[in-house]
Amino acid sequence: MSHRSNKGSSLWSDAWLRLKKNRMATASLFILIIITLLCFVLPFFSIIKDPNIQNLENTFQQPNLHHLLGTDQVGRDLLARLLLGGQISILVGIVATALSVIIGVSYGSIAGYIGGKTDSIMMRIVDILYGLPFLVIIILFSILISEHLDIVAQTLIEDWELNKTMVLKFTNLIPLFIAISALGWLTMARMARAQVMTVKKQEYIEAAMSLGLSHWKILTRHIMPNILGSIIVYTTLTVPGFILTEASLSYLGLGVESPNSSWGILLKEGANYMETQPQLLIIPSIIFSITLFALNFLGDGLRDALDPKAAKD
Amino acid sequence: MLSTVISRLAQGFVVIFCLLAITFGLIRLMPGDPFSGEKSHAEHIIKKNKERFKLDRPIPQQFAAYLEALTRGELGYSAVKEQPVAKIIGQSFPASLILGICGMLIAILVGIPAGIISALKKNSIIDYGAMIIAMIGISIPSFVIGPLLAGQLATRVPFLKVAGWGDPFDWILPSLTLGLATAAYLARITRGGMLEVLNQDYIRTAQAKGVSQLSIVLKHAIRGGIIPAIAYVGPAFAALITGSFIVETIFQVPGMGQHFVNSTLSRDYFLLQGVVILFGALIVLANLAADIALVFLNPRLKSNNA
Amino acid sequence: MTSLIHSLKVSALLTSVTLAGLMSSCQQEAPVDKYTKEKVLLIGNSTEPQALDPQIVTGVVESNIITALFEGLCVQHPSQEGIHLPGAAASWESNSDFTEWTFHLQPNGKWSDGTPITTADFLFSYERILTPDMAAKYASVLYYIKGAEDFNKGKNKDFKSVAITAPDSHTLKLELKAPTPFLPDLTKHYAWYPVPKHTVLKHGKMTQPNNPWTEPENMVSNGSFKLKTWRFNDQIYVEKNPLYWDADQVKLNGIRFLPILNPYTEARMFFNDQLHVTYGLAPEMIDHSRQNYTQNFKQDTYLGTNFLRFNVTHNDLKNLKLRKALAFAIDSQSIIDNILKGGQLAAYGMVPPMGEYQPPHVLSYDPQKAQQLLKEAGYGSDSGKTLQLTLLTTDKESAKTIAEAYQDMWKKNLGIEVSIEQSEWKTYLDKLTKLDYDIGTGGWIGDYPDPTTFLDMWKKGDGNNRTGWHSEEYEAILRDAEQTRDPKQRIKKLEKAEALFLSEMPIMPSYWYTQCYLLHHTVQGWDPLLLNNHPYKFVDLVAETAQ
Repeated sequence: MSHRSNKGSSLWSDAWLRLKKNRMATASLFILIIITLLCFVLPFFSIIKDPNIQNLENTFQQPNLHHLLGTDQVGRDLLARLLLGGQISILVGIVATALSVIIGVSYGSIAGYIGGKTDSIMMRIVDILYGLPFLVIIILFSILISEHLDIVAQTLIEDWELNKTMVLKFTNLIPLFIAISALGWLTMARMARAQVMTVKKQEYIEAAMSLGLSHWKILTRHIMPNILGSIIVYTTLTVPGFILTEASLSYLGLGVESPNSSWGILLKEGANYMETQPQLLIIPSIIFSITLFALNFLGDGLRDALDPKAAKD
Repeated sequence: MLSTVISRLAQGFVVIFCLLAITFGLIRLMPGDPFSGEKSHAEHIIKKNKERFKLDRPIPQQFAAYLEALTRGELGYSAVKEQPVAKIIGQSFPASLILGICGMLIAILVGIPAGIISALKKNSIIDYGAMIIAMIGISIPSFVIGPLLAGQLATRVPFLKVAGWGDPFDWILPSLTLGLATAAYLARITRGGMLEVLNQDYIRTAQAKGVSQLSIVLKHAIRGGIIPAIAYVGPAFAALITGSFIVETIFQVPGMGQHFVNSTLSRDYFLLQGVVILFGALIVLANLAADIALVFLNPRLKSNNA
Repeated sequence: MTSLIHSLKVSALLTSVTLAGLMSSCQQEAPVDKYTKEKVLLIGNSTEPQALDPQIVTGVVESNIITALFEGLCVQHPSQEGIHLPGAAASWESNSDFTEWTFHLQPNGKWSDGTPITTADFLFSYERILTPDMAAKYASVLYYIKGAEDFNKGKNKDFKSVAITAPDSHTLKLELKAPTPFLPDLTKHYAWYPVPKHTVLKHGKMTQPNNPWTEPENMVSNGSFKLKTWRFNDQIYVEKNPLYWDADQVKLNGIRFLPILNPYTEARMFFNDQLHVTYGLAPEMIDHSRQNYTQNFKQDTYLGTNFLRFNVTHNDLKNLKLRKALAFAIDSQSIIDNILKGGQLAAYGMVPPMGEYQPPHVLSYDPQKAQQLLKEAGYGSDSGKTLQLTLLTTDKESAKTIAEAYQDMWKKNLGIEVSIEQSEWKTYLDKLTKLDYDIGTGGWIGDYPDPTTFLDMWKKGDGNNRTGWHSEEYEAILRDAEQTRDPKQRIKKLEKAEALFLSEMPIMPSYWYTQCYLLHHTVQGWDPLLLNNHPYKFVDLVAETAQ
């Protein structure tokens, strides 16, 4: 057994070594870390203005020395809002993605691995959930949650003496995470199942089965490493969708509470000014795209690094 | 194979029934009713209207009555539009179908070749170029790309209109908007799948034996490499038809996506039920088609399908 | 690979050649130019109508189409308020206290199938809309007629109890329950339009709500246009009705109504010459249009008020001084100038100024006064009392921006943190109706140009009140005004009622609406109207002559 766990750890350390050699991936990782740091640390410095202070006499400023990225439709500093929005969007990207990957991959690979009737039933459940009108569920969920969430927030503010704005900013994200991952895991499950079913029929898995290894071991030690690459690639693809879904949901009362912002909301608001004040769309789009590019090239690098076949090189 | 398909279709009916039952209950739990509005109406009027649509009865009774009518092939009347649901759907479905098929064709014809080429030329300029374009396609939302195409392309090319649904030229921009995002996903997924396969032992063996690159790709690699793409295409096709709300409103397409959203927002229970039945059927069929395609690509799966 | 790239290059070249060829060969005519020549008006009309039966529908979108198809007793003047032109009625008169009215129908008025229009059609129509089984949502618009309300509510089963009589085939007599000098305005509302008795009965029962008589192949109407095609979510086309009594006056050959939901799409279609008139104009596009489409940009006063509701049953908001403090802290003019941009008027009353009516001037932006009031209310910074208030608004993006502006003003001027709750439309309405909110946004569009359309809703138990506020005294003044014969006295009493209403501030008037839209320069006879109800028979399309 110890032999195997050694092999396991070397898989990861080998992967890390290979990743470090991939210049594109390391550059991407570096960019992601920088953007995250900027969003979470920079707002503590006083050079960044209050993202929520309006000035109706000072709307639609072009980038200038006073407002480095200009101001929005109610005269708020766009740079400050971009950083604040980044906090929310990065959190949504990480948490919602992690949740939907964990749920989707476990569900899909179990269905694909067991096969037969169990697989049929499990996948038909996915079909049903896929066909449900998402909007109906979101509206009902937001009504249900709004009452209970107030109580949680109240307790946090009064009994734990936490900062009110901070609490409100983040407690509202919990139902959002639930809602987004509730939708996100379905396609993930289908992808994982298709992969597992293919890998399962490979000779080495059949060999492992005939050796009498436990299903758990076969799934985690032999099947998972082989589907990890595709899963990572698909995961990085879903992140932009999740970040944009957050914006749509915030208009339905789930998620970020006004006047706070997110990248999705900035893009949505900016899109309305596409013809008249294009900088309000272009600036958030640039930072959004850079983040996603970096994320995807990192995903590609990870895929290559984790590929067990490549390890033989 | 045939028995598998038949059993899947039977399961499909169960799926649609469950879908309908859940939707039927949930939408009636939502606040408001089809008759509430900014200007509220007198109570006796609302009461009469509820009686007319049997909304004054308990939900199970309403459901039984609905199912009973359904067995006679009746989808009922829209509670908001005063039109038969079947007629509304019948008038909107063709546009959605055209949009979905054109969008999917663009996605497949652009996405899969791009993914294959990228994988073959891994880490080359072509690969990076294609993947950056794909990433742009994924990270620019349709509410940006649609107006951009309308504002930049339609105003310059004479036979394109910024919006409207008359002659087949009008299909181009909405299909592009819808298809390009999916193409980008497909390109990324295909590339991943292909890379996976290109590293497999049998491909390496073939390469070692000196089999030409082209015949390896055509005969062996694509088969396995596009499996993830096919698994994605099934649900994606259903999503293109159901989830085209934004594209429909940007380009003024008289399709079904708007009914899916608007019937929920206006509490048009009967229209939503009709739409959900249709979409349920689409999802069942699309996933079945994807699964059959998977079996063809990977015949070893056959024994597995219950 | 190189061959692939080469073939790509070739195909790209070919495509661009064909494109260039197409561009030069098919110098397509813009839809607007084509339809201007054909005298067909292209109108953006927001959404698909609920129905085309004038006795079923309830909205502006429907009204826009129905006024082309049907005609009431009186017709709106194309450019002036308060002047009533003959419609289905050639003439009319009333007694001195405006309670008995006689309408003389057009002697040669015909339905679009040639059947003469008689009082039988009007009796049938009013019986139809008032019959309880029909459950017509706008039946209440006819409650001015004596006996109509009781009949509609089922208290009296006999339609003869409703004071509508027909001495002969072309004379209609109405007896009203109170003096109603603005009755001719009411008859311009679609609920008052006649429906063709013979057609309705041919295709179904009288009160059958989904009676297929409004299908294009069945519909018969009495307006200047008749229904030709109706393609769901695509377009409704009406063409000139040659049998219309005043057909010589009608200049257009037809109108296409396009249900364009997305305002940005609509604006793009207008800029690209695909529309003659837009339904509206998004605030984001207003400055741009004002500058670049100066000739086309229209900004008309519109009979409507935007306001904030206060839930007066709320523990803190039951305090009048707090409500006033919140109201005086809002700078509506700044919201208009910087966010709405449509030249709206900062409202100081609920009823927009109309005719002789002068709304009481009880509200202005005054942060000092607001702070003073807040202190008096017991919520000053030294009071130690904290306020937890939420502003309920809808899920529109523009609603969010405006709510954030309110939020910021309350924070700046009063130091109060108000949170914002966005809800989709029906949930929002449900919360307002159940008084499950603190402060809520609201709007109201008048049905006819009379102050009562803005004042009746605040009576106790009215479904549109939604504030929890009511006052015996207020309702007594309204009742008194209703029975007042002299129009001037009546207006004075209504002003008094509004002054009382606003002194208790259950709502904070924010701004009076304008209607911003784009109008093509070939369209003539389209002048500003308070209700934006342009009579199409006076509209014309005149192509530019070569300059």
